[in-house]
Amino acid sequence: MAIIEVNGVRKTYAGRDVVDGVSFSVDQGEIFGILGPNGAGKTTTVECVEGLRTPDAGTVRVAGLDPIADHDRVTQLLGAQLQESELQAKLTVREALELYTAFYPAPADWRPLADRLGLADRLTTRFAQLSGGQKQRLFIALALIGNPKVVVLDELTTGLDPRARRDTWQLIEEIRDGGVTVLLVTHLMEEAQRLCDRIAVIDRGKVVALDTPAGLIRRSTGSTVVSFVPSRTPTGPELDRLAALPGVASVTPPDPAGVLVLHATDDTVTPLISLLAELGVTARRLRITETSLDEAFLDLTGQDA
Amino acid sequence: MNREPTLTRAPETTAPARRRSPMAAVLLTETRLFLREPGSLFWILAFPTVLLVILGFIPTFKEADDNLGGRRVIDLYVPVSVLLAMIMAGLQAMPPVLSAYRERGILRRMSTTPVRPSALLTAQITLHGAAALGSALLVVAVGRVGYGVALPGQLAGYALALLLSVAAVLTLGATICALSRTTKAATAVGSVAYLAMMFTAGVWVPVQAMPDTLRRIVQLTPFGAASQALDQAASGHWPSWAYLGVVALWTVLLGLVAGRLFRWQ
Repeated sequence: MAIIEVNGVRKTYAGRDVVDGVSFSVDQGEIFGILGPNGAGKTTTVECVEGLRTPDAGTVRVAGLDPIADHDRVTQLLGAQLQESELQAKLTVREALELYTAFYPAPADWRPLADRLGLADRLTTRFAQLSGGQKQRLFIALALIGNPKVVVLDELTTGLDPRARRDTWQLIEEIRDGGVTVLLVTHLMEEAQRLCDRIAVIDRGKVVALDTPAGLIRRSTGSTVVSFVPSRTPTGPELDRLAALPGVASVTPPDPAGVLVLHATDDTVTPLISLLAELGVTARRLRITETSLDEAFLDLTGQDA
Repeated sequence: MNREPTLTRAPETTAPARRRSPMAAVLLTETRLFLREPGSLFWILAFPTVLLVILGFIPTFKEADDNLGGRRVIDLYVPVSVLLAMIMAGLQAMPPVLSAYRERGILRRMSTTPVRPSALLTAQITLHGAAALGSALLVVAVGRVGYGVALPGQLAGYALALLLSVAAVLTLGATICALSRTTKAATAVGSVAYLAMMFTAGVWVPVQAMPDTLRRIVQLTPFGAASQALDQAASGHWPSWAYLGVVALWTVLLGLVAGRLFRWQ
C-alpha cells in the first residue's frame, strides 16, 4: 500500500525547473531512496512531501493527505530530519527531547528512544557541544518522537566518519523494522545500495530510473566487467569477433599495461572463453566483476566520474 | 543500541499524557535559554539601573534646574533609563536571536512539527518584552529609593505609556529581523537603530532640553513621543493622546511591515 504518492510534481525557481515532473510512490514499510547528484532537485522534492514547499504543479499525498492543506495532520504522521538545520545552541539534549515531546498528541517516550540512539549519557549536553554524529542521532530521535508512520531523512550521514555512518545505517534498518516507512535522500551510492528497497534516481529535476538497487545495476549497460591480459595482441577482426559475443556492450582494446576490458553480461563469459580457446589466446589475470551502483548511477545520469 | 520494539507505535494507553500545552513548553524552554544569555540579561536588566545610579553620583544632577521647570536632571533620567531598558531588549538583544533562529533552520525544523514556528518568535518577543518591563520597574524603584525620584503620579497613564513603548520597540526589533537577511546584518542594523533610538529617547540629551525644532521632530519618533508620554505620566498628568497616538501608530505600522516581510527560511 502506498503511503507516499508524488505525482507530476514541478517546482520552478527563477525560471528554472528545479523539479520537473517527478512521480513516485513509496509503499508502507519500505526504505525508499532518492538518489542523485548535488543540485538534482532531491531536497526540493522531499520538502514538498514534508509540506515545507508548495509544488507549482502536481500532487503530493502522505497517507492520503495533502501536506499543505492538511499540514497539522501530516506533521503528526511524518517525522523529518532536514539537511543543514540546527537547534538552539544552548538547548540541552533532554530539553530538546522534552520540548518536541510536547508538540505531539501521542508522542513516544523519549527515554528509551534516547537509550536506543546512544544519547542517554548526553542528556545534559548542549546542542552546540554535540559531535556531528550525536547531532544527527538527536535529529533522528526528534524525527521519531511523534510516533510517525513515515520519516524523511535528508543527507543524514553527510559529514559523518565511516564508523558513525555504519552505525546510522543500522539505526535506519531498525527504524524500518519497527514498522516506520523511510524516505531517504542521499548522494552516496554505498548508502543507497546497502539500505534501500527501491531507489528513484533523480537528475536535473527528473526521475531517470526507479528500481531496486540490483535492478538499477542490471539495467545499466554492461553490468559485468571482464578484464584480462591476452597472451598476444588481438587483431582487428579478432576484436570484432569479441564485440559480437552475446551481451557485449563495449570492448576496450589492450591499454599500455596490456589489459583488455569488456563491458558485458554474465552470459558473455562462457562464449568468451570458448572464443579465446579457438583463437589460441590465453587470458592471464582474468577478472570478472560486477558493476557497482556507482557506475550504474553515472551511466544513468550521464555524468563523468 | 540493542534492538527493542521502542520504535513501534506505542499503544495509546501507555503513551505519556501530554503534560503541558505546546505553547507553554515553548515558552518554558525559551525562558531557560533566555536565562542562559548573561550578556543580554546584563544589558537589559542591569545596565539601565546601573546608568541611573552612576548619573546620581554627579552632584549637579541632583539639584533643581530652572531650565527644566525646577526639576532635577536625575528626575528626567528615570524615564530615559526606562526607555533604555526597552531599547536594549528590543533592538540590541532580540533581533540577533530571531535572525539566528531563521538562519540556522530552527524555524524550518519546527515547521515540520504540528506546532507553528511562530510560537518560537512569540515566546522570544514575550520574553524580551517582559524583561524590558521588569528592568523598567527596577529603574523606577531604584530612582525612588536611591534618589527620591517621585513614583509616577498618574499610574494608569504611566502603565499605558510603558506598554505602548514596549510594543513599539518589539515591533521595531521584529521589523529589523524581517529586513535583514543574516544574523550579522540584523545585529548591524539593530545597532544603528539602537543609536538613533537612544538619541530620540533622550539618553544623551533629555528631550525636554533639546532645541525647539529638534524636539518637534524627535517627538514624532516612537521613542521621542514615548519619552514625553512617560514624562507627563511621571509628573502626575494623563499622557497626551498625541504622544500615545504617535507610539501606537508606529507600533501598528512596524507590526504590519514585520508581519508582511518576515521570511520563515
